[in-house]
Order: sequence, then C-alpha cells, then structure tokens
Amino acid sequence: MGELYKRLATDIRFAEGLKACINCGTCTAICPAAEFYAYDPRVIATVVQTQDDEKIRELLSTDAIWYCGECMSCKTRCPRGNAPGMLIIALRSLSQEMGYFTESEKGRQQLAVKRIIGDQILSSGYCVRPDIVDPAMHPEQGPVWEWEHQNLAPVLDRLGANYNGDGAGALRKVSDADLEELKRIFEVTGGKDRYEKIEAFSKQKADEMGLEFGTDTSSEYVQHIYKANNRKHTHE
Amino acid sequence: MKLEGKRLIWQDYQKEIADDHYFYARSCIRQTFFPGAEAIFIKILRDELGKDIHDEQHHTSCTGIGYHSDVVPFDTTMTVVARQFALMGEAGYENYAASCVTSFGLYTEILDTWHHFPETEARIREFLFKATGREFKKPRNLAHASDIIYKFRHQIAAKAKYKLVDKNTGEPLKVVEHIGCHYSKMFPHKGIGGAEYPYVLSGMIEAWGGEVIDYPERRHCCGFGFRQYVVQANRGFSLSCSKKKFDSMEPYEPDMIITNCPGCPMFLDRWQYALSEMEGKTYGKGNHGIPVFTYEEVAGLIMGYNPWEIGLQVHQVPAEPLLDKIGIPYDISQKFKGKNGEDIGIPESPSYLKFYAE
Repeated sequence: MGELYKRLATDIRFAEGLKACINCGTCTAICPAAEFYAYDPRVIATVVQTQDDEKIRELLSTDAIWYCGECMSCKTRCPRGNAPGMLIIALRSLSQEMGYFTESEKGRQQLAVKRIIGDQILSSGYCVRPDIVDPAMHPEQGPVWEWEHQNLAPVLDRLGANYNGDGAGALRKVSDADLEELKRIFEVTGGKDRYEKIEAFSKQKADEMGLEFGTDTSSEYVQHIYKANNRKHTHE
Repeated sequence: MKLEGKRLIWQDYQKEIADDHYFYARSCIRQTFFPGAEAIFIKILRDELGKDIHDEQHHTSCTGIGYHSDVVPFDTTMTVVARQFALMGEAGYENYAASCVTSFGLYTEILDTWHHFPETEARIREFLFKATGREFKKPRNLAHASDIIYKFRHQIAAKAKYKLVDKNTGEPLKVVEHIGCHYSKMFPHKGIGGAEYPYVLSGMIEAWGGEVIDYPERRHCCGFGFRQYVVQANRGFSLSCSKKKFDSMEPYEPDMIITNCPGCPMFLDRWQYALSEMEGKTYGKGNHGIPVFTYEEVAGLIMGYNPWEIGLQVHQVPAEPLLDKIGIPYDISQKFKGKNGEDIGIPESPSYLKFYAE
C-alpha cells in the first residue's frame, strides 16, 4: 500500500465512497459524464483499488478525475453502495493538496473556479451573484438575461428582492460581521489553506507557460484556462 | 410498471415534514435567477397558509457550489453549515427549510456523516466555536422547500384560481417534472418518493390538475455539473445533458417543465435558447419552446398572482403560450417594466425562439 493511497484512505469521502467495487460498470452506464467525455468511473474505482501509488499519481495528474459533474447518479445505482462521485471528490482534493492538478488541462481550470466561485464566497457571502454572471462570459444566458443584467436593481426589486440592501431578503448584502465569521471559518478549517495552494501551484504553472498570472479573472492565465479546449476530451 | 406498483414504492419513501415554524435559508442560484420564486414561497406560507417562517439575514451560502466544484474542503463546508444550524437555534427554530437542492443534499450528507463519524461532528463543533464562538443543535426536521409545498399541495389547490388544465379542451396539461439530482439520488429515503420515483413534484402536478409525463430520460441530470458549467470550456457537457432530455421529452409534447432545484430551471431555460441559436432547433410547437418553471412559480400562477410580479419575464423561453392555455390574464405592456412601472427598455428578440413584448 502506497503513501498516496494511505492519504486517500484518510479522506472521509473515500471511506464513504468505496467498499469493494465489483467492476460491474453500472456507474458508467448511468453516468452523464461518461456519455459525453471519454470517461469511465468504473476505471477510477479499479485504479484506486489497486492501491498502486504510481497508478494513483497518474490519475491525480490527468484530465480523467475532472470530468465528473458530481450529480451522484452513481450513488443511487451502485449495487454495492459505492459512490465513484465521492471518490472523485477525494481524488480532486488530494490532487490540489499536492499540486498534481496543474498537469492537466481540466485540472488547471481549478484556479478559474477558485477565482470565480471561491473568491465570491468570501467577498459577498454567496457562491453566485447576478453581478458576476457577465453576459460577455455567458453568451448562452441570452438577451433576456442581458437586459436584466443591465437593469438589475429595478428588475430584482420588482420581484421582491432586497438587492444589496441591509436586513433579510433575497440578494441582501451580507454584513461585514457575517463575512468576517465566514473568513474565520475558512482560516480555522483549511479553506484558506486550500485557496492558497491552488494559487501557489497555479502560479508555478503560469510562469512555466509564460502567461501573466494576475490576481483576478482577467489575467492571461485565467483567461487561457477558462477557454482552452484541446478537443481530446470526448469520445471519438 | 403499473401505476399501482409505483404508488406502493412511493409509500416506502415518505418523510416527515414539519407542519409549521420554519427557518428559511435562501439559495445563491435561486435568488440570483428567480428571486420571485423565493418571495412566492414566503408569501404562500405566511399569507395563504398562515404559517410562521423566519427569513434569516445572517446566514451565508452553504458553499455548496464551491464544495462540489472542489475548491472548498469538506471541513470548511461542514463548519459553515454548522453556523447556519447555530443561527437557526439562536432564532428559536428547529425546522430547517432549504431553498436550494444542493444545500439540502449537503445538509443531508453532513448529518449522515456526523451520524456515522461522531468524531467528525465533534471536530466541527470545535472549529465552529473557535472561529465564531457559536454552538449549535442539529435540526429536528430538515426539508427542502419543495417538500413543504408538497405537504400543503391540497390546501393550495383548494385556494387556487386556476388549474393545470387546458381551458379550451378541458384536458390536463402535460407536465414534465425535473428533480434536482441532489434532492434524493444520494439519500433516497430523505426525498419524497425516493430516487427512482420521486413524488415531490408529481404530487403537486396531480393535485393541481395536470398530468405527469413519464419519458425515458426523466431522471437524467440537467447538466449543471458545477465546474462543468462554471468554466466556459466545459459547457458543452452541460448543454449536451439538457439536449438529451429535450430530445427525449419532445415526442410526448409537454406543455411545461416544473423543477425543484434552483439551477435546473435556469439551465433548461437557457439551453433551449442556446440550442435554437446554434442549430435553429426549437422545442414545442410554433418556435415557442417548452416553458420552464420553478414549483413556486407554478404555485403562484394557480393562486392567481400577476405573472410579471412573480418573475416570468426573466425567463428566456416565453411563458405566454402556457398562460393562454390555462386562461391566466396578463398585461403584455407591463412585462418588462421596472418596480414602479418605469420604462427600462426591452430585451432583444432571439433569432428563432418566440419573443413577446409590447
């Protein structure tokens, strides 16, 4: 049993997600990601079960662990009560802790996720806010959203929101005191440390690729990882 | 399977839903895209059903999208959720009502984790106290907001002005119900009807006069996939999942789609637009698309609330064909006005999908 496997085994999602996989492939049959991407959750379980560090290291460095959408359809259907989706969460955590995520195109995207969703959580108290769903970055949102985005206050107020207001209500401003508590939770529980690791490993990769790193989503590196697609991820 | 067989299975997946006194936690996505839906939920509970619901101002995101796109560690998410539970206790409540399905799934997962790993719960209690000085009790009752509307579906039907019935033919409307994956796929016994035959929306549709469509890809994910939508390079995954569902439901000629997850209605609405622009393909008759609604919006509609006050104008797929079928009146000149009736312009018309404005 290798060191990487031992680290994986300490993750509670690993304990919850994998008993003895019988390789039946039911998870792959139900998996939306397996239908779209060249992805096979059955293989993920098989590789992890080998407890072979070299194979696990390869997994942590490849695109394969980044295709899952975490819908957890696999958990419902597995006849042995496994959840490859939970295994994926454990593998992605370890990949980020050790820096392997920057070795794959899909893994590198974690910096974009961190700067879009992760930073939003600490700055506003929400994962998503209407302000950040920029029609330029989201053409699929369509013209009604574009109109709404240009008129957020009058549209949202008509619908009963308390947009950027004090007190309770939809889209209220989360108070500084509440944001401070959130920040403290991130410091105490490892959330801040995770963010810093994603930034630090990504900085190394950006330097290696010769791309400007910056501090927000407009940097060359983030724009690159946000859009890059080598077209080798789906079935032939 | 015969309908009687399904009903027997559903009986095995009933859950306790508190009758009153709810602590309401809002959803990042629902309040961003459908704030009117959360307003309807509170209005129906308070004004129509006379229930007590606490609208908490100090809670934050549960961090669920960050957790499921893997930038937020589990300990952090569990401690943020523990803080929400602490706020509930401090406000004097013990029945937690989550607007978000991702949150509901996470709360369920966390309570299950704490049940099986009590040392984890003890660690999270220490984290929360160290970070905030707060302590918490676990909820006596945990429900998704759709569970609560389901519980009162017959009372809502009794007060309703309209039914999910075509006013011209007298036939029930054909309704696709779409359940958010994390409502019951992870913990089937925590959802009404379980994972294979969830009944939470079907029960509303039947109580309100509609007919539920059973179609092959009924249980397929809408395609959010967290990082698969957040990052532009991955959005083909998200779009393809929704397309698979539309292609599967199209032969059954649905009049509408109802959803219980905050993200699903947005994706099922927007991807119809994107597909129409990409391929010229529209679903539904006459380039109308298949209108998509939250369950709160549908409850509000049958109660007779003004469609533009509950937010149907912020849908890209137009609701008007459905309003016409049911016979719900609307003033098209008021559709795209601001709060006080001010003129704030109108959106551009899509290339293919129908667009209604004065």
